[in-house]
Amino acid sequence: MSTSRQPGETSPLRAPLFFAILAALILLEWLTTGWNSALGILNMGLISAIMALGINLQWGTAGLFNAGAMGFLALGGLAPVLIAMPPTPGAFAAGGWGILLAFALAAAALVGAILAWRRLSRFRGLAVVVILLLGFALYRLAFDPAVAAIEAINPSAAGNLGGLGLPTLVSWPVGALLAAGAAWVVGKTALGLRSDYLAIATLGIAEIIVAVLKNEQWLDRGVLNVNGIPRPWPVPYEIDLQSAPAFVARAESWGLDPTLASTLLVKLAFLALFLVVILLLIWASELALKSPWGRMMHAIRDNEISAAAMGKNVTRRHLQVFVLGSAVIGLAGAMMISLDGQMTPASYNPLRYTFLILVMVVVGGSGSNWGSVLGGVLIWYLWVKAGDWGPDLMQAAMAPLPEGDFKSHMINSAAHMRMLLMGALLLLVLRFSPRGLLPEK
Amino acid sequence: MELLNALVALTNYVIIPATSYGAQLALGALGVTLIYAVLRFSNFAHGDTMAFGTGVVILVTWGLQALGVSLGPLPVALLALPVGIAATALLLLGTDRVVYRYYRGIRAAPVVLVMVSVGVMFIMNALTRFLIGVDQIDFADGERFIISARTWNQMTGMREPLTLRTTQAITVVTAALVVVALFWFLNRTRTGKSMRAFSDNEDLALLSGIDPDRVVRVTWIITAALATVAGTLYGLDKSFKAFTYFQIVLPIFASAIVGGIGNPVGAIAGGFIISFSEVGLTYAWKKVAGYLIPGWQPDGLLQLLSTDYKFAVSFVILLLVLIFRPTGIFRGKVV
Repeated sequence: MSTSRQPGETSPLRAPLFFAILAALILLEWLTTGWNSALGILNMGLISAIMALGINLQWGTAGLFNAGAMGFLALGGLAPVLIAMPPTPGAFAAGGWGILLAFALAAAALVGAILAWRRLSRFRGLAVVVILLLGFALYRLAFDPAVAAIEAINPSAAGNLGGLGLPTLVSWPVGALLAAGAAWVVGKTALGLRSDYLAIATLGIAEIIVAVLKNEQWLDRGVLNVNGIPRPWPVPYEIDLQSAPAFVARAESWGLDPTLASTLLVKLAFLALFLVVILLLIWASELALKSPWGRMMHAIRDNEISAAAMGKNVTRRHLQVFVLGSAVIGLAGAMMISLDGQMTPASYNPLRYTFLILVMVVVGGSGSNWGSVLGGVLIWYLWVKAGDWGPDLMQAAMAPLPEGDFKSHMINSAAHMRMLLMGALLLLVLRFSPRGLLPEK
Repeated sequence: MELLNALVALTNYVIIPATSYGAQLALGALGVTLIYAVLRFSNFAHGDTMAFGTGVVILVTWGLQALGVSLGPLPVALLALPVGIAATALLLLGTDRVVYRYYRGIRAAPVVLVMVSVGVMFIMNALTRFLIGVDQIDFADGERFIISARTWNQMTGMREPLTLRTTQAITVVTAALVVVALFWFLNRTRTGKSMRAFSDNEDLALLSGIDPDRVVRVTWIITAALATVAGTLYGLDKSFKAFTYFQIVLPIFASAIVGGIGNPVGAIAGGFIISFSEVGLTYAWKKVAGYLIPGWQPDGLLQLLSTDYKFAVSFVILLLVLIFRPTGIFRGKVV
């Protein structure tokens, strides 16, 4: 959300120019470090760009501050585990029904508590507490043995429910749905109040979602990680390619080593898939923003009071756009897990997956979809490279100093230069160019 | 006797830890709430401010220890506190001059300031890590226990142990002193009164000749003191790790909002509500129940939530307050 909303004159060449610079940087990476690293940065950058599109929908279009992107991302990442992994034999029979029963009991207790709160007039506080405590006790009675039964099945390799064994592509929209569900609960309570309450509530839900993923072994093996998540549909496996004579012949006719060619093809296939998703998202959101709905959203963002006076339900529209944006982040989470092929709940770090995404959106240009894509890839590139440049730079700066504790301390802490860089970038853009690299039209 | 044992177990595992944790949260929440009351935004960089202040305190503590300074039974870090506060105050005043002042000038929306504080958070994060690294650091020295399990056993002959660590006692005493000083300052001094006036109604305060820059400066200095003290006490009690300080903003924000953001009394009450709920819900009640109901040994631990979910406690309390009383228990500011 920029402070000045006047559509200033920006050159039409601006966007092509910045994307050309970005392409040159990636090409430079290709030439200096190799294509593997270049395509790796590009693929992860595109996933970051999708997260940035989600945040942009919330921050750029509605001015909502989401400080919990990490949580929605992690929840989306659960979808490939639950959808695409093969089921663990016997796990559902052992404890699946128990867990479903436990959730049903918990839901019933919640509904009962809400009904009691609404219907009763006297002692309703007491009634709610009693219902909730009773519900919790029953829930634990059903839940604990079921979890123990599931986690006892082949604990070294499984110990979880496993998935449904469906195609990985199916898990992407499911990831979006999971994130949207969580966003609805948070948005329903925190929206319509002070603007920063949403930030704090989302900060909280993110920590909780990651804690659940780390600790609930029956669900996703917790910190034991789930490996070998199947790839999405068109992306081949290197092994299959290398054993296919047609592919080997083709690679050799281009003068490429078949092993190299197969990894290259896999990364390019992911790249193509991600590009399709990004283009679809941008197309849909541009269409939405040009519609009456989009003009209403802009009116609300620019002046909530006058929009409310025109009969627009600001809180409901905020809830809508918050849920939509979170769904996009969930989609990115599912895509990221399919790219990695594994779910590692301990790797979710709020600085990387929440606050860095905000930097991407602000630097790219709040409210501008292409800006988010540019910011996503560019900031991800800088984040990766700053991890390399920092120590080199520090090494050079410290070269004249004698060896000692101070020198080694400075060189060791140089890896934190990326934080400094990101903070400085965010502050500089907010201060001197609040509309970002590619301003909203 | 069984009842006494139950009481001792309760004190040992719930009341003492929750009280010292609550005091730390209360100090943190006071910092957040003051910034909120005067500058009108939620400061996401507060956890990292605490980490920075504590980092400076640790460095000075190491220096003092190398010089052979000792406070006897008390940790040397207490001597290093003023230096840490001064360094943090300089950092915050510098940040305000370079970063926040501009946004006050253009009267930016609060949510823009929250975003700005995220940028500041990144930078402070990096500064702290440059300064002290990412490792866990234990910097408490001096006497470890006021009452150790052994002395307790000799004193009373009871089966159930009771321990009171020096750091826990120091936390509570220091926090009490700081809070008394803060309230005296806010209610009795001219500067404190002008701060409250500025917080209540900025325009009227400006009309009556209060210097806004001075109010803002004093606020940052007090915040620096609160953050450094809170961070150091937390570090002495548990140990210092930069990332933990980043995570602690969640219970701190929850404390401030539960009590009513912008209201100092609310921040203190909120800190204790959050800490007692967190410790109470994650404590395994088996022992206490075993004492209270003779002849019954429960099968489970009687732990409502595993300690991994302690953040969930702050969060659920936060949601309940947002649903039922969005202004907090003590009716904070509603803007």
